[in-house]
Amino acid sequence: MPSQSIWTLLSWGPDGWLDDIASGAMVTVALALATLPIGLTIGFFIALGKQSEEPSLRLAANVYTTIFRGLPELVTLFLFFFGMPILLQHLIRYFRPEATIDVNGFVAGMIVLALIFSSYASEVFLSAFRAIPKGQYEGSYALGLSSWQTMRKVILPQLLRIAFPGLENCWLALLKDTSLVSIVGLAETLRNAGVAARVTKHSFLFYSVAALVFLVLAVLSSFATNAILRSLGKREAQR
Amino acid sequence: MSVTAAIVERPPPQARGWPRSRIIGYALVSLWIAFGLGIVAYLVFAWNAEFFAKYAPAYLKGLEVTLSLVAISMVLGAILSVPVAYGRMSKNPVLSGLAYCYVYFFRGTPLLVQTFLVYYGLGSFRPELQTIGLWWFFREAFYCGVFAFALNTAAYQAEILRGAIESVPRGQWEGAASLGLHKLQTLRKIILPQALIVALRPYGNELILMIKASAIVAIITVYDLMGQAKLAFANSFDIQAYIWVAIVYLVMVEILRHAIEWIERRITIHLKR
Repeated sequence: MPSQSIWTLLSWGPDGWLDDIASGAMVTVALALATLPIGLTIGFFIALGKQSEEPSLRLAANVYTTIFRGLPELVTLFLFFFGMPILLQHLIRYFRPEATIDVNGFVAGMIVLALIFSSYASEVFLSAFRAIPKGQYEGSYALGLSSWQTMRKVILPQLLRIAFPGLENCWLALLKDTSLVSIVGLAETLRNAGVAARVTKHSFLFYSVAALVFLVLAVLSSFATNAILRSLGKREAQR
Repeated sequence: MSVTAAIVERPPPQARGWPRSRIIGYALVSLWIAFGLGIVAYLVFAWNAEFFAKYAPAYLKGLEVTLSLVAISMVLGAILSVPVAYGRMSKNPVLSGLAYCYVYFFRGTPLLVQTFLVYYGLGSFRPELQTIGLWWFFREAFYCGVFAFALNTAAYQAEILRGAIESVPRGQWEGAASLGLHKLQTLRKIILPQALIVALRPYGNELILMIKASAIVAIITVYDLMGQAKLAFANSFDIQAYIWVAIVYLVMVEILRHAIEWIERRITIHLKR
């Protein structure tokens, strides 16, 4: 094979690899975006549990964060990816002995990333909860709002604004953690770049491209978060 | 009873009852207990003396590799972080721009990509590296891991250092200058002691993050703790390979976390009132 120029390697189409890497980047973004709502929801409820007056609820929430913040992301991923099929297989054998189970890389990645993201996000939510003065609860109680209404109309809008910068950090960490899922075979940015590197022997080039993709994603999300922050600030000013 | 009746009685303790949060809390805690017991039961049930005898020494060796990798790269990163932090704080736009790009790159890309970039990427320049006599370094996966990790943690540590130094009020610098201390003396005797109190917790977090992140060197064929677990799993198809390693990591991180909290309590004792 004659050594191709860098530009053919990076072109779009059958000779180049740019289309593969672009589709990988789409998978990266899709995985992160699919994880985000699940992780935010779990994280919010974990934070609620942590600041509850009920000790058993606090204990359960603290165990959750201790485990998922203490385990390396890779170990959690492997435990899930290899452990889940075994567990499910044992369960399903009771009903259908011949069934086999394959865990989808995307779904396994989503579950694991949501577990990790939510345990970090819960800390952010918790400190945001603590930053909201008690008077807000008392005021809305005095106005006759139910606790659900208080949460939705009084606490949540303030909570999101306070938690936003911390959640931005969690989001950036999530984007970076998606690269780990490439190890269990999900065809995302790093995986496709690795395939290209192995086929063409231009490792440095393609891993640099992968790094560039992640940098661009980080820059794009910082633009997006700035826009959101500005609109939040505008709404604040209109009050 | 007549005497006690005259005294205003204390209100009765609030009925504990079973509100919803309590039921959910008990349910979740018992779920965790069931989960823990399940793991213990599995480990007891799957207890395999042969497996243990075969892999326990390997795990110990892996632990050693993990700890030395983290220790070396933390120290190298700390040394490297000083000029980067200096660049970030300098007024020279070229210096601060360079330092900013360095930090942005290493914090904006996944550590896994950086590790691959060093191990596979730089490894593809074998002839060039051989001519300048650095091939022995980039041939070894362990050295490549240390290299990538040190560069990565240097970026994070530079930010920690900068944040800590900037958290010391300007008046401290000015006061030291008026006492006739020069810059280096001020930094060493006035600024750093105050800055390090602020920096302790972030440094501790960075150490914990490094220990957790060090698991990824298993992917580039370093036999650290995770690498040994991968090997054990590949040979035995026994999921307890990963369960044991998870327990070891968890214990390590928890010990460190509590140690850092203890140190922080000790060194801020003079600030407590």
